Amino acid sequence: MIVDRRDFLKAVSVTAGGVLLPKGAEAEAQAARFPLHKRVMEARSICPYCSVGCGVIIATDQAGHIVNTEGDPEHPINRGGLDPKSVSIPQLSNSPLRLKTVQYRAPGSDRWESKPWEWAIGEIAKRVKNTRDATFIEKNAAGVPVNRTEAIAWLGGAANNSEDCYLGAKLMRALGVVYLEHQARV
Amino acid sequence: MTNHWNDLKNSDVILVIGGNPAENHPASMLWVNRAREERKARFLVVDPRLTRTAARADLYAPIRSGTDIVFLGGLIRHTIERRLYNGEYVRAYTNALTLVDKEYKGPAHLDGYFSGFDAAKKTYNPATWQYQVETATVGGKTTAVPKMAQRLDDPSCVFAHLRRHYARYTPEMVERVCGTPKDVFLKVAETFCATGNPAKSGSILYAMGQTQHTVGSQNVRAMAILQLLLGNIGVPGGGVNALRGESNVQGSTDMALLFHDLPGYLGCPSEAQSDFATFAGRWDTTSFWVNGPKFFVSLMKAWWGPAATKDNDWAYHYLPKTGGNYSWIPLFEALYAGKIKGLITMGQNPAVCGPNARFERKALGNLDWMVVMDLFETETAGFWHGPGVDPKTIKTEVFLLPAADAMEKAGSVVTSGRMIQWRDQVSTPPGDAKEDIWILDRMCRAIKAAYKGSGAARNRPIVDLAWDYGDPPSAAAVAREVNGVALEEVKDATGKVLAEPGKTIASFAIIAAAADPGTIACGCWIYSGYFHPVDDGTGTLMPAAKRRGLKDPGGLGIYPFWGWAWPANRRILYNRASARPDGRPWSEDKKLIWWDAEAKKWVGYDVPDFPPTKPPDAAAVPGGLGLAAQGGTDAFLMKADGKGWLFAPKGLNDGPVPEHYEPLESPIRNLLSGVQVNPVVKVWATDRDKDVGDRVGAADRFPIVCTTYRLTEQWQAGAMSRTLPWLVETQPDMFVELSRELAQEKGIKNGDPVLIISARGRVRAVAMVTGRFKPLRVDGKILHQVGMPWHYGWLGHATGDSANDLTPHVGDANTMIPEYKAFLVDLTKAEV
Repeated sequence: MIVDRRDFLKAVSVTAGGVLLPKGAEAEAQAARFPLHKRVMEARSICPYCSVGCGVIIATDQAGHIVNTEGDPEHPINRGGLDPKSVSIPQLSNSPLRLKTVQYRAPGSDRWESKPWEWAIGEIAKRVKNTRDATFIEKNAAGVPVNRTEAIAWLGGAANNSEDCYLGAKLMRALGVVYLEHQARV
Repeated sequence: MTNHWNDLKNSDVILVIGGNPAENHPASMLWVNRAREERKARFLVVDPRLTRTAARADLYAPIRSGTDIVFLGGLIRHTIERRLYNGEYVRAYTNALTLVDKEYKGPAHLDGYFSGFDAAKKTYNPATWQYQVETATVGGKTTAVPKMAQRLDDPSCVFAHLRRHYARYTPEMVERVCGTPKDVFLKVAETFCATGNPAKSGSILYAMGQTQHTVGSQNVRAMAILQLLLGNIGVPGGGVNALRGESNVQGSTDMALLFHDLPGYLGCPSEAQSDFATFAGRWDTTSFWVNGPKFFVSLMKAWWGPAATKDNDWAYHYLPKTGGNYSWIPLFEALYAGKIKGLITMGQNPAVCGPNARFERKALGNLDWMVVMDLFETETAGFWHGPGVDPKTIKTEVFLLPAADAMEKAGSVVTSGRMIQWRDQVSTPPGDAKEDIWILDRMCRAIKAAYKGSGAARNRPIVDLAWDYGDPPSAAAVAREVNGVALEEVKDATGKVLAEPGKTIASFAIIAAAADPGTIACGCWIYSGYFHPVDDGTGTLMPAAKRRGLKDPGGLGIYPFWGWAWPANRRILYNRASARPDGRPWSEDKKLIWWDAEAKKWVGYDVPDFPPTKPPDAAAVPGGLGLAAQGGTDAFLMKADGKGWLFAPKGLNDGPVPEHYEPLESPIRNLLSGVQVNPVVKVWATDRDKDVGDRVGAADRFPIVCTTYRLTEQWQAGAMSRTLPWLVETQPDMFVELSRELAQEKGIKNGDPVLIISARGRVRAVAMVTGRFKPLRVDGKILHQVGMPWHYGWLGHATGDSANDLTPHVGDANTMIPEYKAFLVDLTKAEV
């Protein structure tokens, strides 16, 4: 559900604003001093931190950047309450430390290099294939098909969506990965 | 959770043991407080430390970390000896009356061992843990069925064994082993065990404080046994409730990112299961698991589409077969030994969160290549330039892929209460960051392209992998597959059409009823229905997980139109037990579902966890298939005998009932028996003599018990919190919390830098001297406990040593969850 905050404020100012602000010309002067130029959009989501599943209202600017988080008062679990982590969601989204490009670190190197996606995906696929092909075990000593590689491992991710996790499990099992683990174990 | 967050408001007594919800699940306290305000509920907290939760409790009981089974065993003994159990519940719904094998002997007789121990292999043969059986003949067919006692005092029945087993767990023993004063323990016992009254209910909340021990599974079993005795399972305000740590650790577990499992808890085949028929033997045929093979077939159709056919055992051999234990600890042992060449991580930071983390970071250097999908550079991605590491010596190639955060992509997450909520994308990822499903999709396409045209059998699982989620891939397309889609017309055995081709299926009941389960592709059977269009309570249809309907029939906080809970939108598991054996509610106050004799069906506020039209007086049919073999009071329909297990004849490696053993590193000898440590835990000996090896510390060198925990203002391994200025400002530094008494003994003041040392290594931290830890008197001697948050690492804005550099590389005997919560340390004042 998308709510336009500016419309909301306009509606509110008719009532609450009338009490708080001086009336008439003075009020108009006040409004002119604090003009609302930016459209702020609001959407409902779920906090990405703990497992309570609190409802959050996310406010974004027109570029799609998050400018605020509030507890969703309609959400049956948190009823509008949030903890400091949920309140910090805008900082998570806008952190200057967020990765913005693919980073590659060569063997023995002391630095990261920015790389294009296409290159990285191609190189990763090569390494997955080479490692799998070199270590694949088709049958065990008794001749039973086991179709696994014990040389590729996967870890993650309890902070990911179920659909992400499902694709991870599906792809890894298709490759024959058995060292498949994540935070639920630790 | 067997129950869910809102349901806490229905509790009369809430017991938190091994959790700290006020700190780690703050919003949940709303419902604890509601129960206290509206029901005058009592709130009890058992913990080594007076936590933020304990500070709110009516009664706080201190405990030595690693002794929960003694405390819970004491509550079980109290319940039995004072006859506080719900007798009608126990007789009807648990295996209390079932007779145990005559050769079975327990730790009370075998000085700490159960019968069947093989000392050479350090494993148990559970042959003597089985039920006695007798034969029943129905329609000329003879079947073995469990033999039952008539009375709870029959000396061979489960209940009598349980009573004998826990006779040793006296209040005096609790005081000696746990350090909990006897009078405090007895107050907890009197308050909580009063919920055996059928009109009352009590909830147990726990988190990693129970699971992160070498006896973690048995800790959880002890809680389940207590709750079954008190009649607290299946009822509003009851349950055994695991408070899960991450926003979707329930979902990631459901999706089986674990070596031993496949989505929906179907189990990953091992090489001993050489064909599908052998593998299918894992599912009981006298429980709902009789449908296991059908769910498995629908999964294989989701993964390999037309290549999974009846003739090739539904592509059974496309799946890898496990040849041992590949869980986290063995994974890092193999990595350390140089056996693993490539590692892919998705939102996971083992360099901080793994046990003996310094050892695990060192192991990462043995990789040829590593792929990290994350929001930030984590300590794992950057391990090659961490403190004390010379990048020139690390040959590992690292691909660090920028991922979108939760707000920047679509998909679903599952609360601790199994409730699935869909999130739409609401903001834009920074720069070139991409959704995880986009990254996985591109990887899969590139790998498939590399294998294109290969006819080799070993490559068929990749070549034939069904993978089409659009371009760019859509989370909704993945969700449809997880939910289950009819590949063609789905019919039951009579030819009745159950689902139309191309449509999502409404429920796993359709897979169970399908004449040919290969007509459905379903990625996770327990999620069947979560993305199917249903009413949100206002007549509007939408994918179930997107609903925001606020109707709450019954006023119990069920909210059946909000999101969707697995399985089958059921909010309280085992809820048949919320009614008496005859089908009437235990009380008007706690009525949830009940038998409507006129309508001849189960009705109420939640989806019945029972065949909807099976009457309470239905007789079990010996030799019947699936639920036909179970009767009208068999409330635990996933169990072969339909009963809640006070005694577990199978499923556990370390005994049918919980017995106390000391943690691997303990300050005292085991006072319950001559067996010091859980006798079936595996202790690796990879690197005993080296600095980072998995060494075991002794109490004379490391006399202090240490535990690790989390903080409201930080999160997990820190990537999503140590990077955010507001959170860094509120919890800036790695610290160790210690008592005033220990501080005085060591000459340490609040704020001093200290070194904490274990057999694995040492970490530096700021001393936080509080009254929240108190010295305990354990077996007559004064014992100190300290605690540390485990969130810190060397990247981000808040940096500090990782507590896990101290934790041992040893896991629970069943789950291999590491023993993070009880290990030995010493501490000294550090140079400034």
